Amino acid sequence: MQVAITVNGVDHERDVDPRTLLVHFLREELDLTGAKIGCDTSQCGACTVHLDGKVLKSCTLLAVQADGADVTTIEGLAEGGEHHPMQTSFWENHGLQCGYCTPGMIMASAAFAQDNPGASEDEIRHYLEGNICRCTGYHNIVKAVKQVADAAAT
Amino acid sequence: MWPNKFEYTRAGSVDEALGAISDEGKFLAGGHSLLPVMKLRLDAPEQLVDIGGIDSLRGISANGELSIGATTTHAEIAASADVQAMCAGLASACGQVGDQAVRNFGTIGGNIAHADPASDPPTVLVACGATVHIQGAGGARSVGAEDFFVDLFETALDDGELITSVSLPNCSDCQCAYVKFPHPASRYAIVGVAVCLKMDGDTCASADVAVGGATVKAVKCAGAEAALAGSTLDDAALSAAAEAVKADIGDWLAGDIAYPEAYRQQMAGVFLKRAVAAATG
Ligand SMILES: Cc1cc2nc3c(=O)[nH]c(=O)nc-3n(C[C@H](O)[C@H](O)[C@H](O)COP(=O)(O)OP(=O)(O)OC[C@H]3O[C@@H](n4cnc5c(N)ncnc54)[C@H](O)[C@@H]3O)c2cc1C
Ligand code: FES
Ligand code: FES
Repeated sequence: MQVAITVNGVDHERDVDPRTLLVHFLREELDLTGAKIGCDTSQCGACTVHLDGKVLKSCTLLAVQADGADVTTIEGLAEGGEHHPMQTSFWENHGLQCGYCTPGMIMASAAFAQDNPGASEDEIRHYLEGNICRCTGYHNIVKAVKQVADAAAT
Repeated sequence: MWPNKFEYTRAGSVDEALGAISDEGKFLAGGHSLLPVMKLRLDAPEQLVDIGGIDSLRGISANGELSIGATTTHAEIAASADVQAMCAGLASACGQVGDQAVRNFGTIGGNIAHADPASDPPTVLVACGATVHIQGAGGARSVGAEDFFVDLFETALDDGELITSVSLPNCSDCQCAYVKFPHPASRYAIVGVAVCLKMDGDTCASADVAVGGATVKAVKCAGAEAALAGSTLDDAALSAAAEAVKADIGDWLAGDIAYPEAYRQQMAGVFLKRAVAAATG
């Protein structure tokens, strides 16, 4: 089936098997391997992207359901050669260990911090429920998100 | 994991969807219950009819009663000022579903059609006397939420029937709340309790109570309701209601190795008290 999906500002048209998940489409059709497959059961958030501005676990949507949509992946988050503030903050606060969960964590957090300036640590931890870090480095992840949320409030 | 192979049809209208669905087919809304189930090969429908793009199935209207289209997402319901005003418990329940990504794409129609016993919205729909509106090839019908949920993953829907909307009476003069004990990993409800109280000064004139999570389906709890009604919601009434609720759900208990039936039954009483506190607080 023919789909047209805009990814990181670039239009892509492909003929896909309807059972292709969006994460397969991104990784295997477009070679955008930033979104990871962690659990593959909709629990871990390693595959998180934005679809029409909304946070989505891309292992839980068919590519055909995204026909006509605008998708942003971690590869498209930086603008004009500059890291997104959330990417910078993860770097500065060492919000990663092995890095497997990081693209998903950053995509989920980027959407959150923008909509919730000044969010508390509790709110951040609650929000990140759908993103699991197998290295369990949550402390620095939360610090990184808090730094951006605080900056957005000033 | 790839889902099984299937034939895919995108429906532009309810008529198109009802015309397209075959005996071996299923409707696809958000896909947030169906796709995980297909990836695990717990189900392998041969056809999916995508209803996600049907405009008439989406949205919330508040015209005396609350009407919510089947493909309205949990996030849209939680954020709706009309739902917050007319059924605060449902806004709260939808806001507690899974995580933000799940709430962005999961829909109320898909949630109740799937009828997972650990779901949140059904408990509020049963407590608040919601009606499920259904359309099939043979015409339209409406079913009360209490009759809609039949058993574990079993509803009153016949093959090929589509949920078009859910309606709720205006509950703005009630005090309504939903509290849950979320599973630490999945966030699904181990126990969820919805209460809807009509207060007359300090006295509870009437109470509606339902329990989910602890049970194979959302269960209306007449014993607990009777214990609360006519009381001032004092400690004695709350303790009596917490005892009564355990009996109310006795025939419907669900459990697993981590959270057995007896534990969930006990927790239903604890969370009933918390729900009353949340509704009146
Ligand atoms: C990680 C995760 C955590 C979750 N946590 C929770 C939670 O805490 N609480 C909770 O309540 N839910 C939870 N859910 C489930 C979530 O609410 C689902 O979105 C919802 O149950 C299904 O909605 P959907 O639109 O995705 O339906 P789909 O997956 O598209 O469909 C589900 C079923 O309903 C049928 N169907 C869909 N729409 C209709 C319709 N209009 N008429 C007739 N049949 C229809 C389909 O054929 C299918 O059988 C969770 C899901 C995930 C992935
Ligand atoms: S791979 Fe998608 S949620 Fe884990
Ligand atoms: S940094 Fe290793 S999984 Fe999170």
